[in-house]
Amino acid sequence: MSNDASSRYYVREHHPENGTLLGFWIYLMSDCLVFACLFAAYAVLGRNYAAGATGAEIFDLPLVAVNTSLLLISSITFGFAMLEMQKKNQRTTLIWLAITGLLGAGFISLELKEFIHLILEGNGPNRSGFLTSFFSLVGTHGLHVTFGIVWLVTLMTQLSKHGFTAANRRRMMCLSMFWHFLDVVWIGVFTFVYLMGVLP
Amino acid sequence: MSAHHDHNHDGDHGHNDHDDHFHISLKGYFTGFVLAVTLTVIPFWLVMGHVFTKSSTTGIVVLALAAVQVVVHMIYFLHMNDKVEGGWSMLSMIFTIMVVFIMFSGSLWVMYHLKHNMMPGIMETVPESIQQPGPSANNLP
Repeated sequence: MSNDASSRYYVREHHPENGTLLGFWIYLMSDCLVFACLFAAYAVLGRNYAAGATGAEIFDLPLVAVNTSLLLISSITFGFAMLEMQKKNQRTTLIWLAITGLLGAGFISLELKEFIHLILEGNGPNRSGFLTSFFSLVGTHGLHVTFGIVWLVTLMTQLSKHGFTAANRRRMMCLSMFWHFLDVVWIGVFTFVYLMGVLP
Repeated sequence: MSAHHDHNHDGDHGHNDHDDHFHISLKGYFTGFVLAVTLTVIPFWLVMGHVFTKSSTTGIVVLALAAVQVVVHMIYFLHMNDKVEGGWSMLSMIFTIMVVFIMFSGSLWVMYHLKHNMMPGIMETVPESIQQPGPSANNLP
């Protein structure tokens, strides 16, 4: 067939031509492990208040509900952007992406407001084991959302400049996975940290 | 070298590749969204409305609803099934779930026993050096 010695290693059966999506999925799974460690730290330390504030005292559940809905709605608007990409409507894709980014920015600003409020009240991450694990878990998630927004803005620029090239479609799919993944992590956060944190 | 490449990686070939990866539909997203909203509203209502008197009951129900919601997100938003990437995505996810389970339950188990088998007296009182001046500080000389 060929003189190329490496040819014997080529797989004959069909395999995905583009490994990026699988690779990105594996990155998400490793990110899952990072979050799992932070969740485990919260599970261990979450009730060590060191005679300080408890979850029931400092968590503002209506604010968390607003945050949760912002992130959930941003998930479906990203879905709409993907649908528009399938139809090759560049303008509407960009509009849905912009709405997604704004919802994400709203989520981040509410979370920062909550953090600043807590720190000013003397409930900063150095106050107790509970607050350390709370800030590291919720802060890591917020950092991911922030970088998701940076990526989103970058991708919007690339899309408006180059259109739906194969590379841009691939990037859209990766960002879509990233964004939905962050929403999945948030399910864990609002359930395990906020809702269960206020239970007596 | 090029003899091995049956496919042309450039140009418009990406279309087929692209369509193979995900079949998204408006209906799927709406189904997922309605389910996700329902599964979000119920736990918030359970906790904020103090529906159950025992907090252990609320905790278990809320965790179960979260687990269902994660599955809903996986299926309808992340388009996860056993065919994606020839099953490798599913396999890596199952592996991750296994590692997370071992790590999480192991940490809780070890730390729970560590706390309970601590030498008596060490953790009973908070040393005064880390006590914050509060209302009770006025009573002290």
